[in-house]
Amino acid sequence: MTSNLKVKVWRGREEGDFATYEVPRLESQTVLDVVTYIQRRVDPSLSYRYACRVGMCGSCAMTVNGVARWTCRTHVSKVAKDGRLEIAPLSNLPVVKDLVTDMSEFFDKWARALGRFKGGTSRKDDFARVKPESLERRAVDAGIECIGCGACYASCDVVSWRPEYLGPAALNRAWTLVNDVRDTQRQERLGAVAGDAGCHACHTLATCTERCPKQLAPTAGIAGLKRLLARTKLEAEA
Amino acid sequence: MNGSVATQARLWLWQRVSAMVLGVCVLVHLAVIIHAVRGGLSAAEILARTQGSWAFGAFYTVFVLAAAVHAPIGLARIAEEWLGWRGLKVTVATHLFGLLLLVTGLRAVYGVVVP
Ligand code: SF4
Ligand code: SF4
Ligand code: FES
Repeated sequence: MTSNLKVKVWRGREEGDFATYEVPRLESQTVLDVVTYIQRRVDPSLSYRYACRVGMCGSCAMTVNGVARWTCRTHVSKVAKDGRLEIAPLSNLPVVKDLVTDMSEFFDKWARALGRFKGGTSRKDDFARVKPESLERRAVDAGIECIGCGACYASCDVVSWRPEYLGPAALNRAWTLVNDVRDTQRQERLGAVAGDAGCHACHTLATCTERCPKQLAPTAGIAGLKRLLARTKLEAEA
Repeated sequence: MNGSVATQARLWLWQRVSAMVLGVCVLVHLAVIIHAVRGGLSAAEILARTQGSWAFGAFYTVFVLAAAVHAPIGLARIAEEWLGWRGLKVTVATHLFGLLLLVTGLRAVYGVVVP
């Protein structure tokens, strides 16, 4: 474990180039450790984003050797090829600087998919009782652990082809809410996620599902939305 | 495809349903071919079997209809995602292609069924 890693890192904005750094190879080293080493020891002008370092906040995703990954939980041993790493910002998002992308569009799409819970009761009402074994509750469980890292969104070809496409994460979120029996916006939400900017554009190729570090399956949720919509009558101009 | 979200959702459903119909049609079609070519095949032989056969005509009419629904919707997707076309251009081009499939397909069915 004494050898060095050769690390190519994207520098610049949309226009830019890879710079190469030598980073000492350490045991149990993560890709985030590598980036942090460069920023602390070699070039303090390198910009990147992280917060929790333990796979909870979803802020550290980058493209590592061509694949979108959460860098804080990605071990170098898993991804380095012959001691080489290439680290770039996430695809399908504008680059702010170096490894930092502008995620506003990503989260705006959650809002467009009505990704916010809206209940019909107040604190004075009794708790809602949702049976853990009910179909709806199990569908919610399967999709709820999303950390908003954007790895799925960066990996989805349909997002590249149709910039207006809501994308796997927002649709996965909508699917969990559609299955939340306490939510009061089900019908509006189904209207918001239908059509060619929504679930009907998905080609079910499941790159998102393959790449999700939380092992969620946005593809399954999107298929669920399509099934539900096939049985739902939308307003003529929904 | 353009149009309202409800239309887009409906087109998606039509494509699914037509795909199911096509799936069955293709299997039957293959079975028919395999059955028909046993022991050689000639144009006269084919026409002898198809001419006046309403079952044959009905089956292939359904086949043509399903293809004429299915293919243009798929092509619209490709035009939008790979060529970046939007709106009227897509609608016109794919409708024309659907019409072409419909006319040539039904013409072929007519040609072999009606004596
Ligand atoms: S399954 Fe759908 S959402 Fe997921 S990557 Fe493929 S097209 Fe995108
Ligand atoms: S669905 Fe998975 S890959 Fe997509 S944002 Fe959520 S945690 Fe990340
Ligand atoms: S730093 Fe929070 S998920 Fe990686």
